[in-house]
Amino acid sequence: MWGSGESPTVFLMKSSALPSSVKTLNALSILSPVQEEGGAVRVSANDTFTLPKPQDGRWHPGLADQPLHSEIFASASEASGAALALALARDALRVAGQSADSLAEANDRRQILWVQDKRAVARGGRPCAYGLPRDLRDRLIHVETATPEDALFALEEGLKCRDFACVIGEIMGNPRAFGFTASRRLSLTAQKQGTALWLVRLEAEADLSSARMRWRAKSAPSSPPLWNSDAPGAPAWKAELFRARSHAPGKWILSNEDGRLSANPPDQTRPAASTPRSRGQSRSRAQNIGYLVRPTVGRSLAAVARA
Amino acid sequence: MAIWCARLSVDRWRLSQELEAGEGADADPTVLITETAHGPRIDAVNTAGAQAGAKVGMMLADARTLCPQIQTAPADPAGDLAFLEKLAIWAQQWGPWSALDPPDGVLIDITAAAHLFGGERRLLADVEAAFAQRKLAVRSAIAPTAGAAWALAHFGPARAILNGQEDAMRHLGDLPVAALRLDSDVLTVLRRLGLKRLGDLADIAKGAINRSEAAARDALHRRFRNRKSPSANPLVRLDQILGRVPEPLLPIVVRQMPLVQRRLMEPLRHRALLDQVLTDLAADMARELEGRGEGARRLELGLWRVDGEVIVRRLELAAATREPAHITRLFADKLEDIDAGFGIETVRLYASWAEPLDIAQKDVEEATERHGTSLAACLDRLSVRLGPGAVRRPVPHASHLPERAQRWQPPLDPEPVLQNVAEPRARPLKLLDKAERVAVLYASPDGYPQRFRWRGNVHEVVRVEGPERIAPEWWRQKSTVRLRDYYRIEDAEGRRYWIYRHGVSGDGRGGMPDWFLQGLLA
Repeated sequence: MWGSGESPTVFLMKSSALPSSVKTLNALSILSPVQEEGGAVRVSANDTFTLPKPQDGRWHPGLADQPLHSEIFASASEASGAALALALARDALRVAGQSADSLAEANDRRQILWVQDKRAVARGGRPCAYGLPRDLRDRLIHVETATPEDALFALEEGLKCRDFACVIGEIMGNPRAFGFTASRRLSLTAQKQGTALWLVRLEAEADLSSARMRWRAKSAPSSPPLWNSDAPGAPAWKAELFRARSHAPGKWILSNEDGRLSANPPDQTRPAASTPRSRGQSRSRAQNIGYLVRPTVGRSLAAVARA
Repeated sequence: MAIWCARLSVDRWRLSQELEAGEGADADPTVLITETAHGPRIDAVNTAGAQAGAKVGMMLADARTLCPQIQTAPADPAGDLAFLEKLAIWAQQWGPWSALDPPDGVLIDITAAAHLFGGERRLLADVEAAFAQRKLAVRSAIAPTAGAAWALAHFGPARAILNGQEDAMRHLGDLPVAALRLDSDVLTVLRRLGLKRLGDLADIAKGAINRSEAAARDALHRRFRNRKSPSANPLVRLDQILGRVPEPLLPIVVRQMPLVQRRLMEPLRHRALLDQVLTDLAADMARELEGRGEGARRLELGLWRVDGEVIVRRLELAAATREPAHITRLFADKLEDIDAGFGIETVRLYASWAEPLDIAQKDVEEATERHGTSLAACLDRLSVRLGPGAVRRPVPHASHLPERAQRWQPPLDPEPVLQNVAEPRARPLKLLDKAERVAVLYASPDGYPQRFRWRGNVHEVVRVEGPERIAPEWWRQKSTVRLRDYYRIEDAEGRRYWIYRHGVSGDGRGGMPDWFLQGLLA
């Protein structure tokens, strides 16, 4: 929808032709745009500077402005909630590390607090160190609480602590203690300390909450691995951002390959999602040669010197 | 104001029996006795007893001869004193300051308080009414000095009031010398000297009209030259009654105001140094007040100069405070016009009026609020509330069995050192505490799982990888433990699980193998 990078102008369709996500930008027409044939509105380069920050647009991985309090609603009989929370948290940490300092990411060896209440442990299991990404394995501190109230306490204490990179919580259901007030408390504490909270709500209704971003996560068919097309591949999730302060809601297939979060539109059909009978057929692997053969472009000294 | 409970012991005894005056046992002649070395002695007598002839100080046997049917009850002097103490505190409703007058009186300072009750006369009426309600017989009097009030209460007319303006001797002159609160042997001496009334004594002590009277006065002064003990010296007592000599009294509720001071090695002549001393004093005062849980409302700063002058500066505060900086700043304005003369050698700060001020907690959380808690502090808070086992960290353990491959230990303990741990591949993100049994459709004996039922839902297996065979740990486990064949599977909706077949059919360690679901893959 956006004009390509090198073009100095941005074309916007008329509102009747706009998809809902860009409808918010319809207000741009007050910027005395030049009406062109074909229903497009031409906005000069000067006008684009006065646009609000692109955070008003769609969410995408690696966003600089990461929320400090997010909720992810997921089923307890799959790990998608925790996995998506972890993937988003890593994405946020990576972005924070890049924006702060080139050395910061390497130095950020702060712990990660993972709080679960007892029912969440019983239904969804507890984290397994070898299943975590390698850089998080020895940085995990796990808290298991008997009641949701204690879990909220542990989350809040974790957010108050400056030595946690982020806090991940898993709470089962809609406990009475976890109302809007509790959620607001968590939001304020997270804002105060700047520690991000990713709260996984297992089998919960999306009731009142002050979370900045609220996701609904389900497992999605994984992308096929390179060498064994019958095996499950890199994890993918159907993620629906159904409420956010600064972003338009939307649906994505998020996948986590090589530790990088990537988003695809949800309607993209995947060959791997088909039946097992059709495995290994009509697969074009030419463009995806993986890590066996790496192109030398940009890696040679000459390329570095040129750059 | 002096209040004399004329028959405190008897009244207490009567109240303890729950009797009205003159009814029941009180109608009989009754005495309160104390056991002494010479037999029981009478301490107090009720009305009927007094009519029967019993007197305080008599031996019980003597009283029995006068009145054989006399009843006795033990006296309780300690209880009387405790009761009197409570009474003194209770009597502070009429004035801010009260003192005990043992054995049976209370002295109350009602300076500038009488108007609250509508004048002194009404105050006395109020006192008597209040005591009458408690069924205690009292006599009360108001006078400028404690001694005069005592004398009037014991020996004067009922509800006597002595004004400060009138001549005290005119009212007190007719009272017996016993009104001077003297020891009994002194009273004997005075009686033998023929001095029966206060007026007689006062005339001799002051008057020197002719030679013989001067000789009498000198003799009296010689006889009572010891001025250390007032109760043995009628002249001192007389002066105390008339207010010529101060009479210290011990208040029932002692109230000492905080006072701090600095005696300076060298006299101060400069303002800057004085400010420094004042800062120190304010800090001392703040500590003193904090210890008492109070804040100052009025502060007095005394400056003693070398040449004997004393400069006093007062400060009144709108609300109780003990903030040193605040106090210093307020005094700084008042010290502008001070003339140090040859120097100031002592500086004293006195809080003459203090009010309760709760000790405000220094914000111990302030630093943590601003910078966040440290990891150790946070873990402490968590484990104190949630129990020590609740906060843990997974650490690797040398085992291939997934549930043994990680152990949990306290988060800040060092990790155990392991050698040659082969890193297992493709472990699930979450491991169930206890592997749950699933019903699996598969091609026996060791085919891929096709379909399974878990927690009531049927999952169609779309993609599968495996098996990863994990043999039992024979060095630890029994020989009948079966191996496990692990499969990573993905169902039609993309949910990924980690399930295993427990054993192979025909391995001789059981029948058909069971399937278990142990982990949820990311």
